Amino acid sequence: MKKEKNIGAIVGEYGAFIALLILFVFLSAISPEFRQPSNLLNLLRQASFNGLIAFGMTCVILADGIDLSVGSVFALSAVICAELIMMGMPAIVCICGALVAGTLMGVLSGLLVTKGRLQPFIATLVTMTAYRGLAKILTDAKPISRLAESLTGGSFLFKALGKGNLVPIFAKNIKFPIPAVILLLSFAIFYFMLNKTTYGRKVYATGSNAKCANLVGVDTQKIKISTYAISGFMSALAGLMMISRVNSAQPTLGQSYELDAIAAVALGGTSMSGGRGKISGTVAGVLIIAALNNGLNILGVQSYYQDVIKAIVILVAVLSDRKR
Amino acid sequence: MNIEMRGINKSFGTNQVLKDAGFLLKDGEVHALMGENGAGKSTLMKILTGVYTKDAGTIFVDGVEVNYKNPQEAEKAGIVFIYQEINSLFDLTVEENLFMGKEITKGFGICDKKAMREKAQEVMDRLGVSIPIDAVMGDLSVGQQQMVEICKALMVDAKVLIMDEPTAALTQSETEVLFEVMKGLVEKGVSIVYISHRMEEIFELCDRITILRDGSYIGTEYIKDITMDDVVKMMIGREIGERFPQRDVTMGEEVIRVENLSHPRYFKDVNFSVRAGEVLGVSGLMGAGRTEVMHAIFGNMPEATGKIFIDGKEVSIRNPREAIAAGIGFITEDRKTEGLLLEKPISDNIEVANLKKVSTRNILNPKKQIELVKRGIEEFRIKCFGPQHECHNLSGGNQQKVVLAKWIYTEPKILILDEPTRGVDIGAKKEIYSVINDLAAKGVAVILVSSELPEVLGMSDRIMVVHEGHVTGIIDAATADQEKVMTLATGGSL
Repeated sequence: MKKEKNIGAIVGEYGAFIALLILFVFLSAISPEFRQPSNLLNLLRQASFNGLIAFGMTCVILADGIDLSVGSVFALSAVICAELIMMGMPAIVCICGALVAGTLMGVLSGLLVTKGRLQPFIATLVTMTAYRGLAKILTDAKPISRLAESLTGGSFLFKALGKGNLVPIFAKNIKFPIPAVILLLSFAIFYFMLNKTTYGRKVYATGSNAKCANLVGVDTQKIKISTYAISGFMSALAGLMMISRVNSAQPTLGQSYELDAIAAVALGGTSMSGGRGKISGTVAGVLIIAALNNGLNILGVQSYYQDVIKAIVILVAVLSDRKR
Repeated sequence: MNIEMRGINKSFGTNQVLKDAGFLLKDGEVHALMGENGAGKSTLMKILTGVYTKDAGTIFVDGVEVNYKNPQEAEKAGIVFIYQEINSLFDLTVEENLFMGKEITKGFGICDKKAMREKAQEVMDRLGVSIPIDAVMGDLSVGQQQMVEICKALMVDAKVLIMDEPTAALTQSETEVLFEVMKGLVEKGVSIVYISHRMEEIFELCDRITILRDGSYIGTEYIKDITMDDVVKMMIGREIGERFPQRDVTMGEEVIRVENLSHPRYFKDVNFSVRAGEVLGVSGLMGAGRTEVMHAIFGNMPEATGKIFIDGKEVSIRNPREAIAAGIGFITEDRKTEGLLLEKPISDNIEVANLKKVSTRNILNPKKQIELVKRGIEEFRIKCFGPQHECHNLSGGNQQKVVLAKWIYTEPKILILDEPTRGVDIGAKKEIYSVINDLAAKGVAVILVSSELPEVLGMSDRIMVVHEGHVTGIIDAATADQEKVMTLATGGSL
């Protein structure tokens, strides 16, 4: 490997970050409101929901899968949590219950892909539809509101998930949103998991060449199931943060969230056929999408135009990443 | 058709692959093009057929200077390249593949199925092969796919045929058929450029030989005037010594015994055993079930039944993980689809089979990682930029060394090698043979599956021959010869 890298290689490797930087500089330059620290922290909070889902999605895609069910898992876990609250369970039970449920939903998708030998796209299309239906059945298709008030114990914990702020002792005027903290913590965990552990190696190997990985003793089926489980867990966590923030749960939550998550992963340079990609790229992808949403809103761009602009940015970023 | 290539230079980036290379092809001859992997044989031919553009030099065809811009132009002129890699659409049928891009139509783009089928059948008959033309390409064996590739070349009226390792995946009988076809073509005035690593074939088939080394022209000789040793010397620029290095090993106890291994489709009642330090050669025609038996031993054939004993104790092997735990290593036939994470660097490939070795409590240990990979690159003399060199950029021989390194560091008691030297040049071949000998000397039980008879005969202690899923004989290599093995391989008895 040559030590010196030319500019092309650097752009190829950090393309998403360069795009993110350009976008930030541009938005900051034309909008004083955008560059306010409070707005940037808010942006981070907005990014956290898609971010958590996209981290799980990165694992699934790295192992040569795809998870369309994330939005439905997001909603069904949220609804399960809300139902548990209404049954009078303490916050910790509701939260853990929803997380376990989300994980199991992911495991089911994984089982359909591995043992059921369905293509990931089809398998998760099935679970996506089923989970959405279940969420509607559970709630009778009605929102469940006043969640925090209905909690018998630990409502503080529940509220903190989506609404809370972390205030550093040294800078009392900065409020760091808890969702953003969870996002950063998750990033650290995923980075470690994918880059520093044997599990990470197995995920990459499975996505790169499952046949070869299986022959050297990697249980590729187990690895695949585990990535869907991770995706389910992360979607459930994001769902919990969302209902904590809006203090109500409805079965239509998280619709088409899978698209933003997949877009973030693609923006980050992860190969859709598995085996290649980085979690740091996904972070950049998530922030690009969040900055676009936030910035275009502040600039007062109509939402129809926003979608078109988003599409163009994704296209340009992915095309420029292909030149390697 | 006479072709003359002179002073050809070609660089990819900073890497000069051809330096003043040349080549002279006469009408109606079979001309071998030889050289180690990376010597520039394929590149030179790709320049001739317009796949690559040359940096310098001239090409004359029948005295007229030409510069084909793409393979289609060369094909129109009658120069057809049959690539080593199979270039087929695996989801389509044989007939659809044969006529891809040159369909016979009734006009308005409507395919004339009948005419195409007739022409396809005619070409098949001319080749003497019987491949159903409605079969889906992906369902055929590698050998059959190769035959379809050759048929495809014969569909156009070729005057010069360039064949890059056409027999690498063919069985003995398919090879014989191919040679007959080639001889027939030559009689009709077709010239053939034959790229191969198989010395026996070249001496059987070719009229002249041109040798390249490190991208340069070394010489052209009449086959009848030189010996195999001369060729090797020209190829590597030094003496290589014996082709099959000597092994001096005292065999130990029986390590693995296989009893009544059967599979509903591929093989029945396979029985054999291998001792520590022994090399058991496995021979047979392609499709005889050799590879499948090996996959079954490795737990990769769920429907297989039978007993496997390791060190005298019966073991249950239901998947590759249990096989590895039982001390088996398996270098598979197809290193590109099964042996390597092709797009990943050397480091990842060696590490993935040795994750326990390079980690502490499931967390990767960079020091151990670097140590293991560096050791692999040095011990196996893998030619590369470094640990981060991606495997798809390595030559066949070096790719195979990565696979060997990866498995040998798992310290197997039993190592199965399925066609370990396919597509590997002579220098690397010999290194692989030495590795096998070293393993045997360390007391590993080696099972060597190979389609190359000289290799099986030269490397094995005993040879097991498989014919249509049955073991037709296990013979002592000291008393075996090609004839005996072929008799058994075709279902005869001694």
